[in-house]
Amino acid sequence: MSTVLTDAAPGAPRPARTGRPGGRTRRPRPWSVYLATGTALFFLVAVAAPGVLDTTDPLALNLSQALQAPGPGHWFGTDEAGRDLWSRVVHGARPSLAIGAGASAVSLSLAVVLGSLAALGGRVVGPAVDRLVEVLFSFPSLLLALLLVALLGPSALTQAVAVGVGTAPGYARMVRGQVLSARGSAYVEAAVALGHSPARILRRHVLPNALRPLVAIMALSIGQSIVWASSLSFLGLGVAPPSSEWGALLEAGRPYVAHAWWLTVVPGLVIVALALAATTLGNHLQSLLERRES
Amino acid sequence: MLRRLLGAALVLWGAATVAFAAQVALPGDRATIIFNIRAGQPIERTPEELAAINAQYGFQLPVLQQYLDYLSGLVRGDLGNSYQQFRPVTAIIGEQLGATLVLTASAIALAWLLTVLWVTATAGRGRRTSGFGAAVDTVSAGLPHYWLGVVLLLVFALELRWVPVISDGSATGLLLPALTLAVPLAGFMGQATRTEFERSLAQPFVLTARMRGMSDLGVRVRHVLRHSALPAVTLSGWALGATISGAVVVETVFTRAGIGRVLVTAVNNQDLPIVTGVVVLVAALYVVANLLVDAAHVLIDPRLAKGTTS
Repeated sequence: MSTVLTDAAPGAPRPARTGRPGGRTRRPRPWSVYLATGTALFFLVAVAAPGVLDTTDPLALNLSQALQAPGPGHWFGTDEAGRDLWSRVVHGARPSLAIGAGASAVSLSLAVVLGSLAALGGRVVGPAVDRLVEVLFSFPSLLLALLLVALLGPSALTQAVAVGVGTAPGYARMVRGQVLSARGSAYVEAAVALGHSPARILRRHVLPNALRPLVAIMALSIGQSIVWASSLSFLGLGVAPPSSEWGALLEAGRPYVAHAWWLTVVPGLVIVALALAATTLGNHLQSLLERRES
Repeated sequence: MLRRLLGAALVLWGAATVAFAAQVALPGDRATIIFNIRAGQPIERTPEELAAINAQYGFQLPVLQQYLDYLSGLVRGDLGNSYQQFRPVTAIIGEQLGATLVLTASAIALAWLLTVLWVTATAGRGRRTSGFGAAVDTVSAGLPHYWLGVVLLLVFALELRWVPVISDGSATGLLLPALTLAVPLAGFMGQATRTEFERSLAQPFVLTARMRGMSDLGVRVRHVLRHSALPAVTLSGWALGATISGAVVVETVFTRAGIGRVLVTAVNNQDLPIVTGVVVLVAALYVVANLLVDAAHVLIDPRLAKGTTS
């Protein structure tokens, strides 16, 4: 579940189809992309207007309906206080995605700053930042995040910052590579030959080209951040249980695992669905961008 | 090789510095915090009581002195003293480290086994099979440990009753936690290996081997696997760190003893020396693992040895 690996992941070129006259220049979108888009849209609706999707008040207690298995009345079942899990999951989309997006923003901002400094910092700053990133990279993301939680105390804000800092080193390496390859490219050489100022070259050529892949990486990183953030909640080190944040739902359902499997399995499945959708969309965007460049 | 060692030492020093900085950065007066952690509630303390704690932990010394003390302690294998328990951190970690290392080692071995079997069976076998193989890689790489752990627990421990619910020291108790860590890791390694595997299958030496009359399985196992193992070997250093942090979650799911549990408790209590102790230890393991990975590269692909400065 590391960030650095995402670029090694799917998007791998499929063997080209041969034997077709003219060849195909456009591959049809795989069905997984449509599925992922649909999933993402569903969650966006849940964030924007949870009232459209929920069936009851997510916090309404109803002890006579406690620990009901999923069925027609309660699609995802109910918890120990009779709260409807479907409605809780729907209302949990907002805090979960907010923490994920916040973490992703923290992570990518840090990555851009560190990565650019490492690539362009000259002989003194560059290697120093390089080393710093390497040191941070030697801490696994979750451990770095836990270190920050220990310092700042558990809360939603800490969760976003901790996950953001925890995942930043991997992305910083990626940005560094992008900036370096943009700087070494022929169009930058041409711009230098034309006598453009370094600032202009940086602004007009290096940064736009180096940062374009970030659009795709953003999608990947939100998915990953949600998984890490919910891991923190699951360990009891994130948002506290009355919240419907998905990790908090998992933690609240853990004591009932033997009697009410849906309380942990369903919120987990929701996170998996969202993470897979984000990964699929991110990889798809990445391959679109690559194809446009080549 | 010397440059590598120097680089490794630099990373370790950096990790130790980050760990020290984190301890200093703990908001509030540390002596008061230690008292509050021990009492479990905030109580007003007299200056004498605070001075005793300050003297015990060396908080009254200048920060630079504390830093040097911390570093020299690390060199001697001393990670400081826990704020909550009156014991050295090394003793607390030492008691639990074995269980976690057994778990991570079996998880990595299991992940290798799964990757080799799955990739050898599905890679480069036409569009449909390869596509399915790759899709399984992606999905398993994305499975969060807590969820996979709970599902395995429900199916194999609670429903089928093949293994105990609580992971004790026994081999059957180890199976589910190790599998929980291994499946996502195998997904990652599969993603990294598959592309390389399919590229190697198209190489001339594969054709040569086939012409010699070697079976398809023989070609895959004897020739292609070796060529495509490199990316997965590269991952192994990272995998060790990732598996240990995954162990934090898995140990909670399966109520299994280990440094993960120790870490979660320490984070909850703001027992910073334990937290930084675990973090530094894992960073050190990561650095050592990567040195070993570099060495393994040369063993697998002797062509790489020419490029290194030794």
